[in-house]
Parts: sequence; structure tokens; C-alpha cells
Amino acid sequence: MTPYAYFSLLQGAGVTVALSLLGIVIGVPLGLGLALVRWARIPVLTQVIAAYVSVLRATPLVTLVLLIFFALPSIGIPIDPIPAAILTLALNTSAFNCEIWRAALIDFPKTQLEAAQATGMTSSLAFRRIVFPQIWRTSLPSLVNEMTLLVKVSPAIAVIGVVDITRAAVRIGAETYEPLPPFLAATVLYFVILLVLVRVQRSLESSTARKFGSA
Amino acid sequence: MNNEFAIVWAHKDRLLFGLANTVGLVVIATALSLVVGALMATALASQSRAVRRPAQWLVDGMRCVPFLLLAYIVYYGLPTVGIRLNNWTAGLTALVIYHSSYIGEILRGAWSNLPRGYIDAAHAVGFHGQVLYRRIILPPIVYAAVPVLGNQVIQIIKDTAFLMIIAVPELTHAASSIQATYYVPFAAFVAAVALYWILCRGVEMVVGVIERRAEARR
Repeated sequence: MTPYAYFSLLQGAGVTVALSLLGIVIGVPLGLGLALVRWARIPVLTQVIAAYVSVLRATPLVTLVLLIFFALPSIGIPIDPIPAAILTLALNTSAFNCEIWRAALIDFPKTQLEAAQATGMTSSLAFRRIVFPQIWRTSLPSLVNEMTLLVKVSPAIAVIGVVDITRAAVRIGAETYEPLPPFLAATVLYFVILLVLVRVQRSLESSTARKFGSA
Repeated sequence: MNNEFAIVWAHKDRLLFGLANTVGLVVIATALSLVVGALMATALASQSRAVRRPAQWLVDGMRCVPFLLLAYIVYYGLPTVGIRLNNWTAGLTALVIYHSSYIGEILRGAWSNLPRGYIDAAHAVGFHGQVLYRRIILPPIVYAAVPVLGNQVIQIIKDTAFLMIIAVPELTHAASSIQATYYVPFAAFVAAVALYWILCRGVEMVVGVIERRAEARR
């Protein structure tokens, strides 16, 4: 492999990391929003979200990215590959994150909410001061786990022409007729990304444990 | 829009052919991965480090590799070392290598929760070696792991879609080819999504039935 090949793999790694991060930045709060609507048992919306989560969790990312990239323009919404990729990753991860947040909300002790009400807190204040600071700590390990899963399915965005790590490796293999070295280099890159994610989670967990005591 | 769905309906045989391939791949991959995974679990739980270490490396390695990358390695990489597989077999091989590692780890986890006295009792009545594993250890750990194994099967269903990239004629490939010929992207991919959803719900229902059976056996 030439130095340029390594450089293009690293560029691909930049794309994989940037798009996954954007998907996470949109998908995690979106998942929380969906979980809160279900938690509040708002009629109709609750059923719609349950269906959304059920369908998205069963949809392969390849199929979803093709649907978004080809179907949105056909109903009059033009979309480029990069935004389509971000939207796909965000929608996919939001469904899984919704279930993680919802599990934390269901486990949240009712007595604390009643206590907050008794001291006159509005429900939004109680959420910001009482509920959220606790559920994000219990959800963190599952959220990071879902992020690693997202990185592992992210090569699906290569089908619409986004040059991520996997597609960069395929290109190099096609040019040099030696596919194994770029694929092994790509494996190392994914390994490093996933390792960093897991490490960040560990250090976040231990720092919050030091600050608040273990959850 | 109605027109789009009418076109897809007219070519439902192509979609159903893709669906049949997806189901075939999932069923064969699940069966083989369960067998290989059960063997892998014995390696992961082995007393000997020389057996345990390589198995752990394989499992940890697979957990860090995206499935598509492994499929590429099997499809494009194996021919460079002299092993040539067609797309379908390459896809199936990648599915089995990848998911048997996950299943091996799932079974090892269930095994470590098995009470020590249970295995001691089997030893006492003369079970040992392969028969002990097959008749005494494997049934309860498979039953205990059914919900997690069900999730893994859903993961296998979703991973088959990646195989369209190496031109395996599965469901997403079929939807994609219908959309490319008739330009009906919305209807074609929505139909595919609906079929994937039905498959996954099917797996969830089977898991529910087995769980109730396991409950009744206890």
C-alpha cells in the first residue's frame, strides 16, 4: 500500500467518525424525546412512536439508507448522499436510544417524583433537576454500547457513494488488485475507533462514580 | 404513489424470490452458527489456556469488525489465498464466522450461570465428556439464552441486507433491482422494510413460544 492509500483510509476514518458522531448527536436527544412522549402516555403519539421504534429496529441500515436516498427525491425532497447518510444513522440510532431511555424512565422511582411534586416543582423542573441527572448515568453504558453498534453498521452508507473507511478500502483493493492489506488496515481503524469509545465510557463512568457515588 | 405500489405488486415474484433467499440464508446461517457457537463455547470455557486464548481472540476480534468488512474479506480476500467461493456461499460463510462468535459468547455466559451442583450431579451418575455437554449442559443453557439468541437471529436477518453489496440476490437486492428498472424507490423499499419487519416479528413470536415452553418444562 502506498502512503497515499494510507492517507485515503484515514480520510475515510474521518468520514466514518464525523457522520457517526453527527448521527449520535441528533439520535440520542431524539431518542430521549420519543421516550419522554411514551413515558407521558400521550395518546396517539405513543402508539405512533411504538410503531416507529418497532419498524426501525427491524430495518437493516442498508435498506433504510437506500429508502431515504432514493425515495425522498421521488416525493419531491432532493437530498445529497452525506445528509442522507446522517439522517439514516440518526433515525436508526434514535429508535434504539428511545428504548434505552424508556427502560431508565420506567425504572425511575415514583416516590422521587412525588417528593418533587410535593415541594412544588413543575414537571419540567423536576425532569431537569431530579430525573435527567440520574437517568443519564444509568443509561450511559447502554448508550455507548449502542454507539459501538452504530459504528459497526455505518459501512452501509457506502452503498449511496459515501467514502467511509470500508469504501476507501474497497477502492484501494480495486486499484492495487491486493484487497487484503487495505481490509486489514480498515479493521485496525475500526478497532481503534471502538476502543476509544469504550475507553471514554469507562472514564466517564468512573468520574461520575467519584462525583456522585456509584449508581 | 398508488401506481408505484401497483408496479411493485406486479413484480412481487422478484421480491418474493429475494425474500426466499433472505429466509434461506438466515435459517442456514442460524443453524450452522448455533452448532459452531456451541463448539466455540466449549473452547471459551476450556480449562486449558492454549485452547481458551485463541477462541477469546477470535470472539473479541469479531466484536470489533463491522460485518460488511468481514463479508468483503471473505469475498475478495479469500481468493488471494486460493479459496474461491461464489457470492452466496461467501455471504453465508461470513454470516456463520461472524455470528457463531457472538453465539459462542452468549452460550458461554449462560453456561457460567449454571449451578455447579447440577454438573456435579451429572458427573455422579456417570455423565462425562461429549455426552455430558450435549445432553446435560447444552439444553438448559440454550433455553436460558433463548431471548438473547432471538436478538442475534434478528441481527442475522439485518446483516443479510449487507450481502446485496456483494451481489447476493436477497431481499434488499431485489427491491433495489425493481427500483432501478422501474424507478419506484418509495414502494420498492417500503415493501422490503415491511417484509423485514414481518420476519423480525416472526422471530420474536417464536422466541415467546419457546420461552413459554421452557417455563412449562421447569
